[in-house]
Amino acid sequence: METHIKVARSRSQSRSVSKSHNNWKKNLTILAFIAPAFIVYAVYVLYPIYSTFNYSLYEWDGMSEMTFVGLQNYVQLFNDAVFWTALTNNTWVVLTSVFVQIPLGLIMALMLFAPIRGIRLMNSVYFFPFLMSTVAIGLLWVLMYDPINGVVNQFINVFGFENVAWLSEGNTAIFAVLLVIVWQFAPFYMILFKAAIVGVPEELYEAAEIDGANTITKFVHITLPMLMPTIVSSSILAIVGSLKAFDIFYIMTGGGPNHNTEIMGTYMFKQAFVNFNMGYASAIAFLMFFIALIVTIIIQTMDYYRKKKGALS
Amino acid sequence: MNNLIKKTFLYVVAILLLIFTGYPFLYMVSTALKSQSDFFEKPFALFSSFNLENFFSVFEMGLTRYFFNSILVTVLAVFIVMFVGALASYPLSRMNFKLNRVVFLLFISGMMLPIHATLIPIFKLTENIGLYDTLIALLGPYIAFSLPISIFILTQFMKDIPKALEEAAKMDGCTHFGIFWRVILPMLTPALMTVLIYNFIHLFNEFIFALVLISSPTNMTLPLGLQDFKGEFSVNVPGLMAALTLASLPILVVYLFSQEKVVKGLGGGAVKE
Repeated sequence: METHIKVARSRSQSRSVSKSHNNWKKNLTILAFIAPAFIVYAVYVLYPIYSTFNYSLYEWDGMSEMTFVGLQNYVQLFNDAVFWTALTNNTWVVLTSVFVQIPLGLIMALMLFAPIRGIRLMNSVYFFPFLMSTVAIGLLWVLMYDPINGVVNQFINVFGFENVAWLSEGNTAIFAVLLVIVWQFAPFYMILFKAAIVGVPEELYEAAEIDGANTITKFVHITLPMLMPTIVSSSILAIVGSLKAFDIFYIMTGGGPNHNTEIMGTYMFKQAFVNFNMGYASAIAFLMFFIALIVTIIIQTMDYYRKKKGALS
Repeated sequence: MNNLIKKTFLYVVAILLLIFTGYPFLYMVSTALKSQSDFFEKPFALFSSFNLENFFSVFEMGLTRYFFNSILVTVLAVFIVMFVGALASYPLSRMNFKLNRVVFLLFISGMMLPIHATLIPIFKLTENIGLYDTLIALLGPYIAFSLPISIFILTQFMKDIPKALEEAAKMDGCTHFGIFWRVILPMLTPALMTVLIYNFIHLFNEFIFALVLISSPTNMTLPLGLQDFKGEFSVNVPGLMAALTLASLPILVVYLFSQEKVVKGLGGGAVKE
């Protein structure tokens, strides 16, 4: 009896020792799996964000001594007319993405289900723009917008309009670039919508047809509500993507003429790598991060309440 | 009658969209096939000549080098991302531990991040470790910025792999790495394909890191090299168009051979089957 208890006790002791040993081993295993990715991610993403904020508190040309200036860079930024132009232009990109690009993507996706011939051709060609590299797209469209040899002018000449120097006139440049952005990214939303339309149950349409619904009522009362989640997630992607815009502006206009097409990305790049105002550029960069963060938090919160409401009703 | 109007309307929309999306591409290829004088005579005629000379001259000007650099750095980065990303996704999707949620959120929040917020520190870091103006310099940022979407796709997929398989392997005395390597990884192929295609296309076209971290022509990637061509070809439009056509070719070829996969890959997890 005595020995029995002893054995039992020692067993339970060894079990608890091996349990903590196991726990320790488990944590080490987890660490070993995550560490390679996390180290690269920390070195190239997490730490740089902190560094950017830190740099933004200094005046610095990137090489010589750094001078601490506190929030001076941010004060200067809020008084900088070019920065406000850039912010306005970024807003234009957001609005165009949400209100032109996404609807166009939806129309393109709907055309792929239309009762006409040539769907396969449309399916491939509509998607082409999204496959080209942004640099190639930018250079191609610069040529198409050429004031003398450009196709776009040739096209408007047909309707009796005079040649326009699209990319070098202040009031047309931004719209010229926005059109290219629409051209490049509408196909992306097309694929998202195409996948969503496939998922709409056929019975809904059949039922509606029995009730005598026409194409438009079916679209408004069945397709559109069923696509709402895709529209929401597309809008999120579009907004976040628009804040990150850089390549196409850098290549097509470089922010010109006279800062008319400047966006935060191009302005930050110029301040950092052309003017070597690293501190000031860091302030712009950190503000870009901050705006993206705020937008993400707002979207996530809205999404959370939307889902909660959906779960209740 | 009503039906006829509807059909006509649909065809008109379809054709307008075909012209809008397809014309710039046709224009690019057709201009690339013109000689300089053809271009000045008939700049807008589609496929009026068929002259391959521009393509050869573009290769002579160093496009091959850019191609090679781009493919090298992209392939290396993509394979490292696939491996490292899958490793990290394993505990994140299949094991309970304290910091799981925090680490996962840290990773995927990278999808929202503007690259600009990291640009100056990465530039300084690259300079300090002596990698400025080398291809290797691109690997770090390329891998780091591909991890968020890759981990997002891989964890979504891994969650659906039945636990029973893992338990059986554990009974047989498999270590966690053994389970990962022999059980999980083979089942992960479709998700890994998505990760491969998504990252390949994005990194092959990546511009801003290359712009900041590379300066000499021998180390330029394709997008950066093309941007450089712009100056040299400012008078030779067909030559530039030939370069653009060639640069677009690899991804188009991949697309034509595996349309559905590419479409799903580019949807990047947003499109589920």
